[in-house]
Amino acid sequence: MKADATSRRGDRIFNAITASSGIFVLVLMASIGGFLLVRALPAFTNNTGNFLTEVTWFPDQDPAKFGIAALAFGTIAAALIAMVIAVPVGIGTALFISFYAPKRIAGFMAFLIDLLAAVPSIIFGLWGLQFLMPHMFGLTSWLDKYLGFIPLFENRSDLYTKSLFIAGIVLAIMVLPTISAISREVFKQVPRNHIEAALALGSTRWEMIKMAVLPYGRSGMISASMLGLGRALGETIAVALILSALFEINIHITEPGGTTFAANIALKWNEAGSNGLAALIASGLVLFLITLTVNSIARAVIARRKEFTG
Amino acid sequence: MSRKNTAGLTRPTLPKSFVSILTVLSIAIGFGLKQVGAVTTLPMALMLAALIYVVTQTGVSFAVEGKRFAFDRLATTSLYALFLAAAAPLFSLLWEVISRGYKVFDATFFSYSMKSASPLRPGGGAYHAILGTLEQVGIATLIAVPVGVLCALYLVEYSAGKRLPKAVSFFVDVMTGVPSVVTGLFIFTSVVLTLGLERSGFAAALALTILMMPVVIRTSEEMLRLVPNDLREASYALGIPKWKTIIKVVLPTAISGIITGVMLAVARVAGETAPLLLTTFLSQSINANPFKGPQAALPTFVWDQIASGTDPSMDRAWSGALTLILLVVLFYGLAKLIARYYAPKV
Repeated sequence: MKADATSRRGDRIFNAITASSGIFVLVLMASIGGFLLVRALPAFTNNTGNFLTEVTWFPDQDPAKFGIAALAFGTIAAALIAMVIAVPVGIGTALFISFYAPKRIAGFMAFLIDLLAAVPSIIFGLWGLQFLMPHMFGLTSWLDKYLGFIPLFENRSDLYTKSLFIAGIVLAIMVLPTISAISREVFKQVPRNHIEAALALGSTRWEMIKMAVLPYGRSGMISASMLGLGRALGETIAVALILSALFEINIHITEPGGTTFAANIALKWNEAGSNGLAALIASGLVLFLITLTVNSIARAVIARRKEFTG
Repeated sequence: MSRKNTAGLTRPTLPKSFVSILTVLSIAIGFGLKQVGAVTTLPMALMLAALIYVVTQTGVSFAVEGKRFAFDRLATTSLYALFLAAAAPLFSLLWEVISRGYKVFDATFFSYSMKSASPLRPGGGAYHAILGTLEQVGIATLIAVPVGVLCALYLVEYSAGKRLPKAVSFFVDVMTGVPSVVTGLFIFTSVVLTLGLERSGFAAALALTILMMPVVIRTSEEMLRLVPNDLREASYALGIPKWKTIIKVVLPTAISGIITGVMLAVARVAGETAPLLLTTFLSQSINANPFKGPQAALPTFVWDQIASGTDPSMDRAWSGALTLILLVVLFYGLAKLIARYYAPKV
């Protein structure tokens, strides 16, 4: 007997092959950052504006002048609008499917919500542009008329299309299945005896949720929301179709305008010169780093939770 | 005396019929107000009816059942409403895609390209785009599946007590969240700018590969973990090496789940637009060679037709969207079928 089960040649080779594909993933993630950084550098040396605070975007002019201020504002504003809508609706839907829906059709309802995640983003964009946008006039003009004293809802242009508000709503629909599905997974893990103890003590169904489910699922819901946020920040095509791509910082979210990192890359790509491409790559690098941070935090929260519950 | 005791043990509750009567009543009031002209549109009438329902129910329940139960009813109603609000966009979207997409969804659409068609006039089709999508997604699958499954095997079979697999696992999760436009940028900077390949269908397929991989890895990993350890140990006990055990015992047991995961990944990337825009040029004509020249794809076809913005091109965009949805549904259906066919016969 010259070899045990782990030191045979076949095993060593197979182990090496699988390990190298694992390492490939790590190399891939590192090289995404690396390649973007290297190709973005020329844009920084040519830029006469401040990359972080400049609002306009003229990288192909001589002298080049561009910055990510408008992009960052638009990205964060649209994502925040999306989160304000999608977090309560997503978690509410998850609660409904887990604890309220009749058991027989709960599976089908979960399938319906998951189906939303399967719709390609270009179709969300097309739907948002052709169906949702014309139908939003009533709501946005109502907001302007009755809540217009809040600058956020004030509309000075009488145009209610192509706004960050509409983009945010479409984003909300797109990230909702993510938040809902992960929250559902978390609710599934709530210990059965916590739920039954609460009910046995005479609490109503809502009190049971408040006392047994929500405290247990809090960290899970937070990371679900952050994963949704990551998706909203990086969404490209739907936003590119809806926004009118103006480089400005405008807190009147129902007015046309605004643009995001991802949408700007898709819209400016084919008209960009060499410095323009480098500038777009630089903005893509920023987007990559932001989503990387958000997702890492979300995953770390989930991982920590797993260790607690063993 | 005993009667009084039982009365003290039950709480006053609203009869079961209360909910249905109130539903009918509030909808009737809503429509009544619409008839009178107090509200103008159907959605407003329905919203008003919902408002009447919620306020009345909470009020009556508060008076009869008390604060706790009134709050419980309010929460129940709100959660039902939230679910309806979440499901409504799906139905609206499917309805719009089908009702607007069927117009030019015909033989011409599936047998012609846009080469000799004008964006201003009807005619032309998406043959070139469908061909491109199938080729690009096919290439992406050919690369992503072997790498993905091997990586999943590494995470499941070779991970015991090591640090590296933990890091890999973490970054696979993070990779799931990489925006699709960033993968396009990465392939452009690495494959096109650095390696000097031209922008082509192949470059687009590489970007799709990166999007597919984390999905394939995650689902394969889950499926491999479901394989009972008894099977592995029985194989080891017969003196079979670990690699052979994996290939002959573990993989065949998990294969149906893995294929399902692959199909779901395919369905996910088939609709990706942004990476294609960055890695291949838009094309109006048929190009069966993914390695040379611009190649169209269904998502970019839809994007291009929307950009034209005329009525005929919008019809084509909706038909393209319908085709894309049907393609995604087809992949899901295949996933189910294959899962059934390859299900382990134990």
